[in-house]
Amino acid sequence: MADGRREPKSKYTLDRGMPGAFEGETVTRRRFMTATVHGAGAIAVSAFALPALGFAAGSALFDRPPVEWQGIGPTEDFPDDTYIPRVLTETAGIGQVGKTTVYVRARNQELDPPPNPPGYDEQYIAVSTRCMHLGCPVRYVDAAKRFICPCHGGVYDFNGKVDGGPPVRPLDRFYTRVRDGQVEVGARYSVNSEFRRFPSYRDPAQDLDGIGQYLYPGRFSTPKMD
Amino acid sequence: MKLPLPPLPTALRPKPKRPGEGERVKPLDQVKEAGIATVDWVDERTSLSGPARWVMFRKVPKGTNWFYTLGSATLFAFLSQAVTGVFLAMYYDPSVTNAYESARHITNDVFLGEFVRGMHKWGSTLMVILVCLHMARTFFFGAYKYPRELNWVIGVVLLILTFVMSFTGYLLPFDQRSYWATIVGVNINGTGPIAGPFLSDFLRGGAEFGATTLSRFYAIHMLLLPGAIIALIGAHLYLVTKLGTTAPPWLRAESGDGIREESI
Repeated sequence: MADGRREPKSKYTLDRGMPGAFEGETVTRRRFMTATVHGAGAIAVSAFALPALGFAAGSALFDRPPVEWQGIGPTEDFPDDTYIPRVLTETAGIGQVGKTTVYVRARNQELDPPPNPPGYDEQYIAVSTRCMHLGCPVRYVDAAKRFICPCHGGVYDFNGKVDGGPPVRPLDRFYTRVRDGQVEVGARYSVNSEFRRFPSYRDPAQDLDGIGQYLYPGRFSTPKMD
Repeated sequence: MKLPLPPLPTALRPKPKRPGEGERVKPLDQVKEAGIATVDWVDERTSLSGPARWVMFRKVPKGTNWFYTLGSATLFAFLSQAVTGVFLAMYYDPSVTNAYESARHITNDVFLGEFVRGMHKWGSTLMVILVCLHMARTFFFGAYKYPRELNWVIGVVLLILTFVMSFTGYLLPFDQRSYWATIVGVNINGTGPIAGPFLSDFLRGGAEFGATTLSRFYAIHMLLLPGAIIALIGAHLYLVTKLGTTAPPWLRAESGDGIREESI
């Protein structure tokens, strides 16, 4: 003590001369009570905070809606050289907000790239109107054979591939099938610039070429086809 | 130089009042007395007068000017938003099918509805402008430097929360503009790598703009964020009171040769 250094204290309460110390006791009762009270408080807070957080985020992140096939008309309605608009219901029960327009045509052997991956060779192409810049609704202009976005000037060619402007990837598509002469539209999927399919569709502005497909992983909240 | 007055002769001196025949208490004095008594009663039980003095009677540096009012202006813009927002919530219906109609009802039918909604709408823009001006004042006057760095950090968090307030509030009228602006905003948010897509899901309440998106934004706008903002404004003001304000940079620090004479 005289040289300014303190003797290292023993870890045993008995050695430190504490009243009522037990043989081999290292945790003082004050420390024990403090830890107990803090622990009890932490448990009490977690008991309401964790369920509340799970409630707020759980269904938003992990609820996977089922795939719903919607009939959009007989097969002869859809030519292979232009698009026919049809309205789909993406979320039921909320009116206009839950609806989206989709442009549909028959598969065109000359214009369409081969199915990628092979096996997905639908006879009808359903192109989403969701602009892949930031999600505004594009419209198909038949005179130009192009999709044009009103917000920031995105332009897509007849297949939905980016022709100009800020979009980062081709327009999303929907799985299609034919049942009883009716064209049906299923879940949305995304494609990269080689038209490779990404079944868990990505939000607009998420690049899917190169490193983009790893930076923007698929989510747990998109309907699953396979 | 003032000479002392000569003492008055005893006969001319005012006579002390006899006990029991004091002046009649005027009603105004009675009210004053009641007020003082009430304040005393509270102060005796809370000792609040000390902190109140600490907050109100502070030393202010020389050169303090109108730029120093931008912080209070922001505070009052926030208070205006809070009050008008609470009353708008009495008429607003955050459901996907009724939100637009209830906003239209506020504007067109309710007495002073257009005015109060207008105050909230234009007030939000004003608050963003004031926040930025306040921040610019702090920056250009060097008021973010030691020991006020933490207050700068709190201020930046408040700036971000103000922007999030503007973003979430923009959806609530639920017209075409607010709907598409929110789609665009959430998609911008989704461009954050790895976490972005999941954060977007959290904001929307799912992969698509759906039934709960509006009520989510409403809850964030009027419950989550105001609480956080009020708490942080409290911390911000505490630090301002504790640390004081800075002199403007064009005033030179006084030389350290002891105390100047005129201040003795």
